[in-house]
Amino acid sequence: MFGKLRRLDRDVSRLALEESERLPSAERRRFLRNGLFTAGGAMVGGALAGIAPKALAATQYPPEIPSWTRTLGPGVVADPYGVPSPFEKEVIRRNVPWLTADKVSSISFSPLQHLKGIITPNGLFFERHHAGRPEIDPQQHRLMIHGLVERPIILSMEDLQRFPSVSQINFIECPANGGMEWRGAQLNSLQFLHGMVSCAEWTGVRLSTLLQDAGIKTQGKWVLAEGADGAAMTRSIPLEKALDDVIVAYAQNGEALRREQGYPIRLVVPGWEGNTHVKWLRRLEVGDKPWMQREETSKYTDLMPDGTAHGFTWVMEAKSVITSPCPEMPLRGKGIHQIEGLAWSGRGKVKAVDVSVDGGQNWQQAQLREPVMSKSLTRFSLEWKWDGNPALLQSRVIDETGYVQPTLGQLRQARGTNSIYHKNSIQTWKVNGDGGVVNVQLS
Amino acid sequence: MFSFHNTPRLLASTCCGILLTAMPVAGSAEQAGYYGYGESPTDEQIAAWDIDIRPDGTGLPEGSGTVDEGMAVYETHCASCHGAFGEGMGRYPKLAGGDGSLAEDRPEKTVGSYWPYASTLWDYIHRAMPFFAPQSLSDDQVYALTAYVLNLNYIVDGDFVANKETLPKVEMPNRDGFIWEDPRPVVNNERCMKDCIDEVAVSDSAEGKNLTPSTTGPLDEGITE
Repeated sequence: MFGKLRRLDRDVSRLALEESERLPSAERRRFLRNGLFTAGGAMVGGALAGIAPKALAATQYPPEIPSWTRTLGPGVVADPYGVPSPFEKEVIRRNVPWLTADKVSSISFSPLQHLKGIITPNGLFFERHHAGRPEIDPQQHRLMIHGLVERPIILSMEDLQRFPSVSQINFIECPANGGMEWRGAQLNSLQFLHGMVSCAEWTGVRLSTLLQDAGIKTQGKWVLAEGADGAAMTRSIPLEKALDDVIVAYAQNGEALRREQGYPIRLVVPGWEGNTHVKWLRRLEVGDKPWMQREETSKYTDLMPDGTAHGFTWVMEAKSVITSPCPEMPLRGKGIHQIEGLAWSGRGKVKAVDVSVDGGQNWQQAQLREPVMSKSLTRFSLEWKWDGNPALLQSRVIDETGYVQPTLGQLRQARGTNSIYHKNSIQTWKVNGDGGVVNVQLS
Repeated sequence: MFSFHNTPRLLASTCCGILLTAMPVAGSAEQAGYYGYGESPTDEQIAAWDIDIRPDGTGLPEGSGTVDEGMAVYETHCASCHGAFGEGMGRYPKLAGGDGSLAEDRPEKTVGSYWPYASTLWDYIHRAMPFFAPQSLSDDQVYALTAYVLNLNYIVDGDFVANKETLPKVEMPNRDGFIWEDPRPVVNNERCMKDCIDEVAVSDSAEGKNLTPSTTGPLDEGITE
């Protein structure tokens, strides 16, 4: 008995020391002083009641008292900027290696299957780089506004932040989101199929404020936005949109933009295809006509079956997708499940979302989860009792303009299979009898 | 530094009128809607960053380059990605070929088959190429490369000299192949709720295609399916 107790005591001391080694030095001293040595003989009793079970017990759940309840955790600034729990280490952006020649001109996908709510954490916001992400010193960065303006300006980041700021929640979606699926089902993953969309609260200065300060000449009808990265990425934006709801953003979800999101500044062009939201923004030129840049002629134009192409297809039309269940999130058994998903429209607010569990034969209206905002991701859900039989799940969004998300068949009929961009058709998930979920297309 | 007298805007001049009377006492509240932050760039500063080229050639600098000069530049800086004859390598894009393929099952979108304006070629080479050292070429080199890539596509002859006069006159084969007004929505789905379609059949599935990278575990770029 005493031998066992002594052995236990040794185990407890070793455990306590191991625990204390995780702590910063000041806390470690306090921990050891209070918990181990000054407590003295009480330690054995404490050990039997509390710390010892960690060594003996196989579980951390009732009736056992979890080890984290009986120890001190790291203090307030153990992670001065904060990092996710180590148990969330699989929740990361991922890429498709076969998609592009090199990672510096590629895209990463948001793990939509793991995200809650409508805001994408900044570290998980999808990335698109045309020449890698530059490391820009904001002290050295300048935004130049010139062209058909009365007063050309060069602004420092300090200058920019003196202007009145606005915040707005908007999604950004790459027009190639889902573009690998025009000809057939290829990727068995929510993340890789639809993860080129993310949503954040953007804070910055209205572009209209800056352009009005520079003074637009009457011939001014377009704005060219140019990035400071190695692609010197450019897009032409009509003045009407520029003056409507576009902002020069310096913050994302309350912090400075992440580097891969355009630090120190980017354009946010609500509802329009992602590449118009020029990152690492260095220059805005007002002109009388569009510039017909590489990104708006050879890329980001939609090739039709007859060989002609549609250009300036800026708006991201309404789209929705079921995020649970999905290939990464299979159903765990029969019974009641919440079918959940995301819907959005580049033309305004989501008005309604319908869900089908039989491949589009019959539909039920889902519930929209607040908040429902213009050009923002919107959550929906529908309670569903799964009987264990195979099912074909679909969602269909209707936006405030009355536009109804199309089927893949309708989209193919109208636009063929070579347009690459703007594939906003209804997604079908096949639920197998074992609860597994597969990306399928219907005839 | 900024001066009100140099800003003949309607808004500014209105503000000026107010300011003339108000400035001695207050000075700032009356400026709402006009801030005047930042500095006025010099002509030299604007010129250095103003690199965009228009289809009509506006923005093209002095200088010139021949097809032969372009071949030499191309072999040094471009062929390792785009292939010796612009045929592309791996996932790096083709620059030439694809004539008449745009309506086919596998269209090839190249400078020759797809790009509507020659000016854009100069602009893009200058701003973003070579891929690993953007904005490292001289204007003459960019002219030469532009001439060479146009020649690879049989759009100009071997004796073509690219400069700011000749480039805007080059007629690209697909110049009229674009509609610049978004025709969407081109699809009109209807919001049917009951018995919308008779039969449902799965026509394709991603399962077993071995194209999906792993969505669990560390980022390893592996195809695990």
